Amino acid sequence: MEDKILLKYIDVPDIQKIKVYQKHDGYQGLAKALKKHKPDEIIELVKASGLRGRGGAGFPAGLKWSFVPKDSGKDVYLCCNADEGEPGTFKDRLLMEKNPHQLIEGIAITAYAVNCHQAYIYIRGEFSQAMKVLEQAIAEAYEHNYLGKNILKQGFHLELSLHPGAGSYIAGEETGLLESLEGKRAEPRLKPPFPASVGLFKGPTVINNVETLSNVPHIIMRGPEWFKGFGTEKSTGTKLFCLSGHINKPGVYELPMGIPLKELIFNYGGGIIGGRKLKAVIPGGSSTPVLTADQVDVAMDFESIQAAGSMLGSAGVIVMDETTCMVDALANLTRFYSHESCGQCTPCREGVSWMAKIVRRIEDGKGLEGDLELLLDICDNISFKTLCPMGDAAIGPVVSFITKFRSEFEDHIRQGRCPIEKDKSIKVRG
Amino acid sequence: MTVEFSPQAKREFKKTLARYPHKEAALLPVLHLAQREFGVLSDEVLEQVAELMDLPFSRVKGVVSFYTLYNTREVGRHVIRICHTLSCALNGGEEVIEHIKKRLHIEVGETTPDKKFTLLECECLGSCNTAPVMQISDRYYENLTLQQVDQILDSLE
Repeated sequence: MEDKILLKYIDVPDIQKIKVYQKHDGYQGLAKALKKHKPDEIIELVKASGLRGRGGAGFPAGLKWSFVPKDSGKDVYLCCNADEGEPGTFKDRLLMEKNPHQLIEGIAITAYAVNCHQAYIYIRGEFSQAMKVLEQAIAEAYEHNYLGKNILKQGFHLELSLHPGAGSYIAGEETGLLESLEGKRAEPRLKPPFPASVGLFKGPTVINNVETLSNVPHIIMRGPEWFKGFGTEKSTGTKLFCLSGHINKPGVYELPMGIPLKELIFNYGGGIIGGRKLKAVIPGGSSTPVLTADQVDVAMDFESIQAAGSMLGSAGVIVMDETTCMVDALANLTRFYSHESCGQCTPCREGVSWMAKIVRRIEDGKGLEGDLELLLDICDNISFKTLCPMGDAAIGPVVSFITKFRSEFEDHIRQGRCPIEKDKSIKVRG
Repeated sequence: MTVEFSPQAKREFKKTLARYPHKEAALLPVLHLAQREFGVLSDEVLEQVAELMDLPFSRVKGVVSFYTLYNTREVGRHVIRICHTLSCALNGGEEVIEHIKKRLHIEVGETTPDKKFTLLECECLGSCNTAPVMQISDRYYENLTLQQVDQILDSLE
């Protein structure tokens, strides 16, 4: 059985060009959708496929689309979230740079399903190469009437534009993204109302991740049953796993949902650099709770990782070997979150920067007795007390690192120094 | 000194506006355009943008201060952004930063006296599989070794 969906044609030369894409089933899904299905049928097919959002939350895509009101009288918008910024995640950039038409086709089908005539790709401002590729591909798609007026003579009309971000993690949060697309600071909105009813320019809006949308043409072409042949019962399809850190073969691996983390690291990723021992793994991007080396038997699907106390998130797998100082690693992550807090909510703005300072002082040998309790207390005061999930994203690593590697934190405080020999740690390769 | 967009930039400005049902929504891309045009988003430039966008100056300034890619201070010809987030840090990112600081004799956030380089740290560039990574202007430089960093810096005009 074939084992890839999204990366199947990734190595075909010039697959970025529309002529080559067309030769590899390109835009067949869109043609089928427009010619053979009503919009509602597309939603039902995607619901039946079990496709869940690949941006982090895993919300069923078809269900999300079905929340768009049919009779609001307002313009409906579709936003592709290409603001890939969760540390450890680098799959959407690959999809955009290597197979842009797959994404454009997915956007066109999704727009048809929710009766949207204006779609945007909100892309990180840093992704210059992906922007160039997408601009070219969008122009080609217009020329071939896969975008624009009366698409494939089926009466459907869609405009698609790129919207470059300008450097902000929180713009990847869906309502922060909407604010940013409206030309404002990317400060997340209070929910409800949810974007499906009041979103971009106050219109009903669907926001989906690049990987989610890229799956759509295949589901329409091959059917939900075929798609459900990949993965587990509740986490269907394949997933792009991003392997990075102390790993021999870092990269993006497309594998069925539910593959054991151990197999991902030791088989596909070629194991740990220098034959060292595994110490810890962040399984789903930097905000997901860390797993210890003896937890790697877990299957990589939404339910199994949740049962193990973490999250599949964006499947950004960050591998840390035995030379890693967990306090140093946490200091890095808390600094990241304090830098990226938008500042609207006091618990996140103040709490996360306090956490960053405290973890830093522990690593610098200036930690105080009671600092760990203080950190956990701050986490408690952030949890569920912010407008958006950023507060909880920031505490995910703090609680799990302290809980699972407590003695290492205590050693730092007791000894007044970092006990990990830094000269043994990995330096620049090569 | 008053700033003025070139005719070509004005055409691009109009094209950008056409992509949105509300003018205000074009602010981020228009600021990118202004930065390409003038290099730095000085208050004078922002006043010009505010006028073009029919927005108060404070509104434009507030947006600029929120995002990291807008330069509000003079920068060198080449802006080096080195990732210092976890996956790069695990693979020697700090070492690369220290190396460049020594080589250019500047701290992070500073510009060389000849205005050739500005050195910045940035958060995850979404290229953790090729860590350590830096971005200079629009281009990513990946799987860096100290030797390569030297070659890259030497090769830039």
